[in-house]
Amino acid sequence: MDTLNIGTYAFQSRLIVGTGKYPSMDVMRAAHEASGAEMVTVAIRRINLDDPTGKTMLDYIDRTKLRLLPNTAGCYSAKDAILTAHLARELCETDLIKLEVIGDPDTLHPDSRETLAAAEALIADGFTVLPYIGDDPVVCKQLEELGCAAVMPLAAPIGSGLGVCNPYTIRIIKERAKIPVIVDAGVGTASDAAIAMELGVDALLMNTGIAAAKDSVLMASAMRNAVIAGRQAFLAGRMEKRLYANASSPMRDLISSTGA
Amino acid sequence: MASNDDGVKATINGEIHELPDGTTVAQLLEQLGAPRSGIAVARNARVVRRAEFETQRLADGDLVEIIKAVAGG
Repeated sequence: MDTLNIGTYAFQSRLIVGTGKYPSMDVMRAAHEASGAEMVTVAIRRINLDDPTGKTMLDYIDRTKLRLLPNTAGCYSAKDAILTAHLARELCETDLIKLEVIGDPDTLHPDSRETLAAAEALIADGFTVLPYIGDDPVVCKQLEELGCAAVMPLAAPIGSGLGVCNPYTIRIIKERAKIPVIVDAGVGTASDAAIAMELGVDALLMNTGIAAAKDSVLMASAMRNAVIAGRQAFLAGRMEKRLYANASSPMRDLISSTGA
Repeated sequence: MASNDDGVKATINGEIHELPDGTTVAQLLEQLGAPRSGIAVARNARVVRRAEFETQRLADGDLVEIIKAVAGG
């Protein structure tokens, strides 16, 4: 069995999906089912004091099938991320946290310094920390050394759907990491997912690629298959590329219309 | 122990609220009409555990965050 281990948690699916941007909760739930994912992300926000009684995202997630991965999205400082993580742990009853500390509102690139500081504090507090981070092998190694359970480098900006823009740095990160590498952000369609998995990364986290598809449920199924296909292709080991053709059929004993 | 008849001023999710002296977290949630489940509370950047909702009393100047899970990636 090709199991993915993150900290003390084991997964058969290598696809982690989000809960954002779906046209409806019904579509989201059907997409979650079709994706085969075993873990979904949620964000943490203040309740609306003018309407505090409404349903929350937790009402729409089947927690008998799906593990929660709360995030600290929207935080711009280690301090805010740490408080958000503690609230998330209390709310979601999990020590898993997707640590996200943003450094720039336009690119949504992470702030490495604040991410490292928050990771250190949260690990000391017993969290299983999965940091969203840039594709920097040095920072990824530093996060590993702090005790993160995985690193989650971006393949392209969050929500951009640009695909894997940095295959070489992702490969370098994976080659040097002793913890799982999860590509988080950038995957726009099934081929992107397969390409990412063929690089050898351990899993993918995606939200918009599924939620913003015209048919989210069908795309969720496509992503599920692409992650499996990419993983199998990586494990199988691809053929070497060559510049010239190399016939697949024998070149001996060819039929001749001229009798030659 | 001195009682403060003027009540306490606490900042709840960024809004200043005037509350009766001795208001507990549980009473605050009730007053706001907020449910007890599906939410979590922090007081002055520390989580208030569910078991402490009845016993933790708000003090003047407290910063309170009441949160829930929402859609996100």
